[in-house]
Parts: sequence; C-alpha cells; structure tokens
Amino acid sequence: MEKIVLPEIKDLHLIEVYENNGGYSAAKKAFARSTDDIIDEVKKSGLRGRGGAAFLAGLKWSFMPKTTNKPKYLCINGDESEPGSFKDRQIFEYNPHQLIEGILIASYAIGANTAYIYIRGEYHKWVKMMQKALDDAYAKGYVGDAMKATFGTDFSCNIYVHKGAGAYICGEESSLMNSIEGHRGYPRVKPPFPAQNGLWGCPTTINNVETITNVPWIINNGWQKFASIGAEKHPGTILYGISGHVNKPGVYELPSGMLLTELIYEVAGGVPGDKKIKCVIPGGSSMPPLRGDQLEGIRMDAESLKAAGSAIGTAGIMVMDEDTDLLKVLLRIAKFYHHESCGQCTPCREGTGWLEKILKRLASGKGTSSDLDLLITVANNIEGNTICALGDAAAWPVKFMVARFRDEFEKYVNKEIQLPVKNKVHAMRGTAVPLADIRH
Amino acid sequence: MDFKFTEENLQRIEAARKKYPTALAAVMDTVYIAQEQNGYISDEVMSEIAAVLGIDKVNVLSVVTFYTMYHTKPMGKKHIQVCTNVSCMLRGGQEIYDMVCERYGLKHMGVSEDGKISIEEVECMGACGYAPMIAINEDFYENLTKEKVNEILDALQ
Repeated sequence: MEKIVLPEIKDLHLIEVYENNGGYSAAKKAFARSTDDIIDEVKKSGLRGRGGAAFLAGLKWSFMPKTTNKPKYLCINGDESEPGSFKDRQIFEYNPHQLIEGILIASYAIGANTAYIYIRGEYHKWVKMMQKALDDAYAKGYVGDAMKATFGTDFSCNIYVHKGAGAYICGEESSLMNSIEGHRGYPRVKPPFPAQNGLWGCPTTINNVETITNVPWIINNGWQKFASIGAEKHPGTILYGISGHVNKPGVYELPSGMLLTELIYEVAGGVPGDKKIKCVIPGGSSMPPLRGDQLEGIRMDAESLKAAGSAIGTAGIMVMDEDTDLLKVLLRIAKFYHHESCGQCTPCREGTGWLEKILKRLASGKGTSSDLDLLITVANNIEGNTICALGDAAAWPVKFMVARFRDEFEKYVNKEIQLPVKNKVHAMRGTAVPLADIRH
Repeated sequence: MDFKFTEENLQRIEAARKKYPTALAAVMDTVYIAQEQNGYISDEVMSEIAAVLGIDKVNVLSVVTFYTMYHTKPMGKKHIQVCTNVSCMLRGGQEIYDMVCERYGLKHMGVSEDGKISIEEVECMGACGYAPMIAINEDFYENLTKEKVNEILDALQ
C-alpha cells in the first residue's frame, strides 16, 4: 500500500532527499491553479481533519472570507497532548518538508501570508527538527519572499514555529490562538469562529499537522485517487497510534476504516501472553472506551466508531488486557483532566476535581453505592456546559467507562457504608423543584 | 538580585519578536530564553522580560503561572520527568515513578538538597507507543524497564 504521510524513503527529512523524490513540485502545481480550484480539489478528496473532530478540511478552508482588508493566518496544530496520541512527532521527524509544502498550499488556498506551527513544549527535539527543516526550506527559497521567484508566483508566505510550554488545553484551536498571541491558553467563546475572528482578530484557519501533510499528495495525485483509499466517507490513510497492552506498539500508516481487531491482533501483534482484551480506547483518552467483547466488526473511521458509541479522535488506540484495573485507569484519566482544566468554566474546573475525588474515594475502599451514579451525574453536569470541548473530554471517559463496565466498578463499592443523610439536593437536581425548597 | 539578559539572548529575543505582529506574542519564547539563562523565573526575571518586550509585568506573570514548563523556583540540574499517564501506566510507568521517588527520597516537584536532581510526575509526553518513558531535561528515554531507568540514573552521577 502506498504511504501518503510517512513514505518509507530513507532520510526523507533532508531537503535534498525530499527534492529528489518530487518534493515541492505539488506547491508549484498548486500556485499555477486558482485558489478556488485548490479548495475544490481538497473538498472533493474528502480529506477530513485528523486532530479529533474529523471536519472536512476543504470545507473549513472555504469558510475563510474572500475579501477582507485584514491579514489572514494559518495555524498548524501540533500540540499533540492527548494521551494515546503520538503521531505528529513522526511527521516532524521523518517528513517535515511535506508538512511545509502542505502549509504553503493551504496558505495559498486561503490567502494567508503567515503560518504558525504550534508544537508542544515537551517536544524539544522535534521543535529543533522542524526548525531545521524550515531553515533549510528558507535557504532554498521555498518559503518567505524568495518563494515568489522560486515558484514564479506573486504569492508568498512566512512560516514560524511556536513552541508551547506544557498545557494540554492549547490543542483546542481557540486556546492555541490565545497562546500564540502570548496569553494564557484560555479557550474563546464561539461564535465568532476563527475564520471570522481568529489570531489578533483576523481570519484564521487551524488544521492538524497530519491533515496538512496529506495535501501535497492530493495535489500531485488528484482527488479521485485519494477518495478511493479506505473508508468511503473518511478517505485516505490514517496514522494509527497503538499503545498499551500490545506486542508491537507504535505508529502505523494504513488506510482508514481498518478493522480495530485487525489493527490490534495483526498490525500490532496482539496482546502479550495472549490475554483477552478488557477495554479499548480508540481515539485518545477523551473518547468513550469500548468493551473488549464489542470490538468485532468495528472499523476505524468516523462513521463506524460513532455507530459503535465512540469516536475516532486522533486514532490513538489504547489497549487494555483482562488484568487491567479499570478504576486505576479511570482515576488516572480523571486526574489528567483535573490537572489540565484551564479553570475558566466552573462546571469543568470544579467538576473534574470532583470526578477525581469520587474515584479516589472508590479506590480507597470507602466508596458508597451512590458514588457510581454520582460520577455520571457530575459528568453530565460538565458535558455541554463549558466553553470548549475539554469538559466533554473529561466527562465522556467517566460516563462511558462507568456505564459500560458497571460490573467492574461495583466491586469497589463498600456496601456497608450508608450515607448518614440522603443527599436530597443531589437527588432533586434533575427536577423542577427550586433548590431553596429542598430541606435536608 | 538583578537579572539582565546576555547580549546573545537579547538578539534571540529580537529574532523571536520578529515572528509576530505584537511584542506580547514573543513572551513565551522570551520566558524560555530567560529560564535557560537563569534556571527559573523569579520576580526580577519577570520584570526584566516585561521591560525588554515593553509589555506589562502582569502579562508575563499570567503566562509564567499558566504553563507547567515554566518554573518559578529553581529545579534540579537534572530535572527527571516520569510519565504516569494511561499508556505508560499500563506498561509500568507508575512503578518507575515510585521507584525514582524512592531512590532520591523526593516527591512530585521536589528538589534534592544539593540542587542536582528534581522530580516531576508529568502528563502524557506523546511517547505512548514507546512506553514507559522518562525525560531528563530535554531528552526522552523510551521503552524502559526499572533496570534501564536505574542504569540511566546511575550514569547521571
């Protein structure tokens, strides 16, 4: 199978090798076409965002205003902080020039003259690698003012690397923009959407690293060829990151819509000791977990996973064998979201803390029978009540883990503990009775 | 204690400043440069960053206190970061963290008395397929076992 994002070519990260393999020819082709034509090509290819929401990339580009007197920006999201995702670093390391070329084409299509690649701070090594590739591209005249002469176009674009400093929330697009502007990484209320009001109030598009790296290939090979790969509604290849209890963890580029079981048992070499699988999180820790006995027939594309009650996310697959203590796993996930909540919205700031506290109580053996329901209630009160999706990301694993593995969690309930006073406020919260009328 | 950027670092800040249309946007890069020079971000350092960029000190403070990779107190010369998030935990990350803590008698964000070692329990570092992992300063060490971690730490002395 042909690889699109991570071709198996030795030293492809070097600009000479990239050039010898047809590098920067897609950009030249693209600049000779109209911007509408490029957007149309990417739209027809069916390329969907690889950062989690699986939104159509071409459609997103088309939201950018055609006539504006403000500068336009492109941001490339390489924050990659979702537990279970480790795909973008492969691109920074092995194919940075295809990313740069993709950025040039995308910037041209949306009319942006400045692009920022946001890379998480912990990726010191990969920030340096990306910067090196960028310096080489500048030196060869592929980026910046010199590109006008190189490509024979009047379009030019500057690309900069912006290094994050350890905040999961900056992977959220509006928070990422705040971070680039030099603020705390607080998500913004939408609308206005970034295409209207983004970086410094100007029209901005934010795309994931992997998404953009696909673009030069689409320009070179045509949308038909891309659309024919993998799942019909979610075409192309996906960088599947498989981790946890498998024999051969790692990143594998394969067509979308692969069977989850095939990925785990064949590609990743199965579970050590041939143990059974208890739980799989298919797209990074914020996606609803699936039971080991419901994996048959599930395919790794947005539609199939949605039907199965989960989501593709970043395609970071975490596999847990039958001996895994799911309470420990969930407690760790809850701790993560509590730590990473930016603190802007009360339901998330307080709710994530309570989720962690309740799970800790269960783990300490002092959990009561109502705690499992309480977890779901708290999760429900976070979900949908926050500015950004971190609230949902914190709520989903708890909600679905407890619902789908209730038997596992019941084991931790201490049936001898009875609450001295029934929490009426909590019980009545779902009703229309005013809180003031509820007496303990 | 006064803090002044070195001439070389002033040039690096100027280069960072040119990446953005506003001076404020260069604050994250500048804090990194300051931390590299001074080891941590003290009150004086924040004042100097604000002065160099021509921004309000409160903007520097708000960034320094938001992002976890900026330190407001001195950390160890070797800052050991152990990931205990899910993918690492499933492959023994928690045990490695406990072992490292015990080895140095330190807890999360603790610094040894001689200032050589500090420990941090970090969130996912994006090395899930090569779990468990630790990072020392800027370098990742992946596919570890307790024995390998001990070898790496022995070599630090």
